[in-house]
Amino acid sequence: MLSLPGLMTERKGFSALAMGNHALARAMAEAGTAVVTSYPGSPTPEIADALLAPPEKDRPCHFEFAVNEKVALEMAAGASLNGHPSAVFFKSVGLNVAADSLVQLALMELPGGMVVILGDDPGANSSQNEQDNRWFARMAYIPVFEPASPSEVYAIYKEAAALARERRAPVFLRLTTHVCHARETVKFGDLPPRPDWTPRFDAANGPYVPITTAVFPLKKRALEKLRAWAGYGETSSLNTEHKAASSGEKRLGAIAAGLPALCLLETLRAAAAPVDLLKLGLTYPLPEKLILDFLRAHDEVYLLEELDRVMETEIKALAFDHGIACRLHSRRGHDALMGEMTPERARAAVAAAWPALFPAPEKRAFPAPAPRMPQMCPGCGHRSAFYAIKKALPPGAITVGDIGCHSLGFLPPYNMGEVLFSMGHSVSTASGLALNNSTRKVIAFVGDSTFFHAGMPGLVNAASRDSDITLVLLDNGTTAMTGHQSRPGNGETGDRLALFEIMEKLGVKFLRECDAYDQRKLADHLKEAMAHKGFSVIIARHPCMLKFMRERRRASPGLKVQPVHVAQGSCARHYVCAAEFACPSFIRHPDGSVTVNAELCIGDGSCMQTCPSQAIGRKK
Amino acid sequence: MAFNIYICGVGGQGIGLLGAALAQAGERSGLTVRSCDTHGLAQRGGVVSSHIRLGADALTPLVPEGGADLVLALERLEALRGAAQYLKKGGKVIYYDTAYQPVSVRTGQAQYPSGEDIAKQVGEIGGEVSVVTLPGIRDPRMQNSALLGRLAALKAVPGLKTEVIEEVLKEILPPTALEENLRIFHSAH
Repeated sequence: MLSLPGLMTERKGFSALAMGNHALARAMAEAGTAVVTSYPGSPTPEIADALLAPPEKDRPCHFEFAVNEKVALEMAAGASLNGHPSAVFFKSVGLNVAADSLVQLALMELPGGMVVILGDDPGANSSQNEQDNRWFARMAYIPVFEPASPSEVYAIYKEAAALARERRAPVFLRLTTHVCHARETVKFGDLPPRPDWTPRFDAANGPYVPITTAVFPLKKRALEKLRAWAGYGETSSLNTEHKAASSGEKRLGAIAAGLPALCLLETLRAAAAPVDLLKLGLTYPLPEKLILDFLRAHDEVYLLEELDRVMETEIKALAFDHGIACRLHSRRGHDALMGEMTPERARAAVAAAWPALFPAPEKRAFPAPAPRMPQMCPGCGHRSAFYAIKKALPPGAITVGDIGCHSLGFLPPYNMGEVLFSMGHSVSTASGLALNNSTRKVIAFVGDSTFFHAGMPGLVNAASRDSDITLVLLDNGTTAMTGHQSRPGNGETGDRLALFEIMEKLGVKFLRECDAYDQRKLADHLKEAMAHKGFSVIIARHPCMLKFMRERRRASPGLKVQPVHVAQGSCARHYVCAAEFACPSFIRHPDGSVTVNAELCIGDGSCMQTCPSQAIGRKK
Repeated sequence: MAFNIYICGVGGQGIGLLGAALAQAGERSGLTVRSCDTHGLAQRGGVVSSHIRLGADALTPLVPEGGADLVLALERLEALRGAAQYLKKGGKVIYYDTAYQPVSVRTGQAQYPSGEDIAKQVGEIGGEVSVVTLPGIRDPRMQNSALLGRLAALKAVPGLKTEVIEEVLKEILPPTALEENLRIFHSAH
């Protein structure tokens, strides 16, 4: 198996079965990227797993997680100002957080070059939307590279990083979920000798202060650079035509990029008539001449893409401007703009335009079984907190959730946190819900990592305005959802930042804390907090038990866990444990009895206090 | 035609590692491999899957719906779900018979399927089912090795060599758990 430390430190080239994210980390090392930053978010965290795998002294790139995406992007930009090649990566919606500085990047000379790696998430597998970040490129004048496979991720990163440095510019490397997580055999090259980085910031490379008269020259230069990228795209091997083996009666073609292009290539091999494919690797700015030539050489062309009609709109405008006679086809209806592209969807899309290409797909009847929604883990402190809070809330209370594992509280049976916009929104959205509202209590939730990420400004605002809301800060001491990365104040960087002291210093007057397992105390705190007029905060702590148990199992292999058990004689079949507290460890049998799944229970016992007949206990 | 494997189970069961091990064994057996995991929110007790495609004509990593030659599941309900969505007519299902009830079953709103339900549904599209259970497995993550053992014994993946699977297991498992896993791998035959 591929060893991650080896992936990053092996000096000679080699071939290995590698995930897109891991291939990317190796490419960073081979490209001599000096500084890499990030905020964790699916589908990208495995890049960091590889970068952090060797001991610090052996790491080819300096890597650190920042407190949020904007901070990460600014750090990478700062490194590039020093002439050090840099990269930043985060998930799709992370770009919204980073956008304020992002839109300035292309205006500036970045002597080290900089690659902004986006983990877009068509299908919203692990994001609150499936936003198409290609739009941002248009606003920020930044070119977009779109690899389709792990081998392309590796090769295109190296090319893009070299070009970015040469052109002293930022570039986007846009990945999607199943490019990041795909595995195939990748042929890696040698590592370069370690460069000697000296800080070379020079204001003469500027101007770096975009005010008044500086703005237009800077914008003009950005537009000129963009034109130069278009020139590169006309001749680059990243934009190539895959000619069908023969030619048909009608000359058919298709234009696509990234994984959708591979979906087409795969599906078109079974087509009844030949279709040529223009596969693009640099999708912004578009290679206009290449595209016009392709359109002129075909009678009909299908424009296939994933998510929004970005290329489609631009190619249609281009065709209009040049009076192209070629008939253009594209996806139909709103459904086509949703979800990720697959070979089946590519085939269905093309078949709608050219029905003779494929036989109708076979129908296969097989009903789907009971759904399985994600849920909090056995022993999760959030479950205990939500169960207690739900019981303590008055009728009509409004609960506002945030991003993290605790987002799952909105699902039945808890239904806690009924509004969710974005990371760190909860305190401010709750503050707004409390305005002109003297009848309904408003409660906000936030996790510790999200609090540091983008929740702090909302909290400062609520504290200074004394907003009449209650914030429950669910502190599990880690960034759990994305794989237990450290957050400010813990892990590798030093002592834990004391959330309690931060709240005090920020002027929070009503402040309590307790263990999330202590349901009675939490409920009491909540009632007192809601009675308090003005802003109140409760910190409900419990370590992430998934992380805790993993560490314990690693420390003592063969660790025996003592699960709780249900005393069948005492169980009155209220089903509070299985259906209201709803720990996944409980099994409700068809005969009505309840037992404990010993494979799942970690023996935490946070359920014991919920049983009305005290039937849950530990084996003596 | 590529040989398509769809692997599924519940978040936390070790699907990612199972998929990685099988993909690695495929590559080392000389097959062209493209594979892919699903990640994210589902890792918290939701449905998790891994796709493996063996053969040079697969250019994309995701198994097409209704296109899996083999569905490999670590849990009974997920075996049924995986087969419903992905199993090809006449394909094979191998699953480890453990049951993790979803919320809908614990709240009494939905039924949990029986082994007969799976056999019946898969039988209707001409498929075969092989059920794995090994009482007394100490650590549920070792159920992965049982599943791989049955897969090897049935020669369920053309061109995949048993000794290569074993070799990969030796590389990825911690030394403290290796012996027990190999015993499970062999006894699942």
